[in-house]
Amino acid sequence: MAGRLQLSSESPGDRGLPQSIGRPGPSSFHRLNPLTKATLATTSAIAAVIMGGLIGPILVLAAAVVVPAAAAGVLRRLAVTSALLALPIALSAFLLNLFFFPGGQQVLLRIGPVVATAEGLAFALEILVRIMAISGAVTLFYLTTRAGDLVVDLERRGVSPRVAFVANASVQTVPAMVERASQITAAQRARGLDTEGSFLRRARGVVPIVGPVILGSIAEVEERTLALEARSFSRPGRRTLLWAPADSSLQAISRWALVAGVIGLVVARIAGILG
Amino acid sequence: MSLRLESVGYRYAGALEPALLDVDLALPDGAVVGVTGASESGKSTLCLVAAGLAPRAIGGRIRGHVILDGQAIDGWPMHRLAAEVSIGFQNPSTQLSGVTTTVFEEVAFGPMNLALPRGEIIDRTWEALAAVGLTELAERDPWRLSGGQQQLVAIAGLLAMHPRHLVLDEPTAQLDPAGTQLVADALLRLAEAGASILITEQKTDLLAAICSTVAVLQAGRIVVSGAAAEVLTEGLAELGVSAPAGVRLRSAAREAGLGEDAQHRLAQASAQ
Repeated sequence: MAGRLQLSSESPGDRGLPQSIGRPGPSSFHRLNPLTKATLATTSAIAAVIMGGLIGPILVLAAAVVVPAAAAGVLRRLAVTSALLALPIALSAFLLNLFFFPGGQQVLLRIGPVVATAEGLAFALEILVRIMAISGAVTLFYLTTRAGDLVVDLERRGVSPRVAFVANASVQTVPAMVERASQITAAQRARGLDTEGSFLRRARGVVPIVGPVILGSIAEVEERTLALEARSFSRPGRRTLLWAPADSSLQAISRWALVAGVIGLVVARIAGILG
Repeated sequence: MSLRLESVGYRYAGALEPALLDVDLALPDGAVVGVTGASESGKSTLCLVAAGLAPRAIGGRIRGHVILDGQAIDGWPMHRLAAEVSIGFQNPSTQLSGVTTTVFEEVAFGPMNLALPRGEIIDRTWEALAAVGLTELAERDPWRLSGGQQQLVAIAGLLAMHPRHLVLDEPTAQLDPAGTQLVADALLRLAEAGASILITEQKTDLLAAICSTVAVLQAGRIVVSGAAAEVLTEGLAELGVSAPAGVRLRSAAREAGLGEDAQHRLAQASAQ
């Protein structure tokens, strides 16, 4: 640039980042590094599956999901969200194991040809607790972590900006797709599409909405790519990050400890120690 | 130090007819050059070629040369070119990166990609936001803005990159008069600092306000070019473009038999 560029008569001053960017979360659990929370969610879900019996997974559920959720003040939301998330699979797995557990002897209930056994009930409860632990761990992560924070953190740790972009875009374009879908719905209604009434009628109305939403997004890909190119997205090397979530050596040690713990559980399981 | 198109022709991949033919256009440093023309006259294609995206990113065949500061850009990789020439498109929603949750981060996206120091990125971003009047919206979600506001965000994102050459394809299509004025002021400041700007528009009022020279495209060829005041006349109507409101008003006043002084005052009022 030949001269000193001043785009605006208003001086930017020394304003720093806007407050909402990189704002720390409301509780100390929220403020944990996203990778720590992701590690906790992943390892506790794996541990709940690997541990045999009922007590182990219940302890994992309590220690890694319920207690942190209570500390973060999200227990109520976690209960509702994870229950909704897990309900279809939990219910079908529970009923299937309760009534069709192979080799069950102790009959609890008989409905025609279908028999619920005590062995089936015990196994169904084990499955149920595991499903609750997995959905609880995943939900806790999402309730206490902003969508882009993990991506920023991973990029800071050396993950390629392209990988980070894809991860971020897949999460953050959802609102844009919803907005587009509502615009197309309104446009199709204006042309006489019936999107209300019986289930069948609604189902028929989905096609002329989903088609344009998907095709429209694909058609925009080229211009979107060009716009990214014009903003130097394809420049090789690292880019500057405006902020990154805080981390500590204690958290790093905890992450490795969690990973080591899960590996220990896998080894113990294979060795037959966990039964 | 300039961007120049020399006898440029361009044909899209699979197209039978060329979209551009023998286009010569010079963008000296500090100049704002306007291009107008009816729909399908080749304005958007000209922008893609001038910014080096055609054929580099979209395929097709080019003839002639695009010369940047004395060098043909033929073999340049896109990221090298992007650091020199920025381009903005008509549709604001496709220009948002899709990975930011605030207007501030969206505007900072380009400077972040350029790996500038963090403090400089923050300063440039506030400055670009102030230039388009969006400082108050810095923390808003860019997807929840109106089309016009999104367009201003996209333009701020380009301004924050401090481009030496800027190509804008109908940048004010979705803007209200106040937004258009903000963009016009920011572009003039950018040009004053030495940047060259190519802007295509059907709104000839904007071209009359900020461009030193204007070219008119018809079926891919430049049919008229010269000083803005000489090109932006009543004759534009024959090429499918409306003349600036001031020109039309003056002409109507002349036809109505008003005196020279009244015509002049009307034209001045219209420009304001």
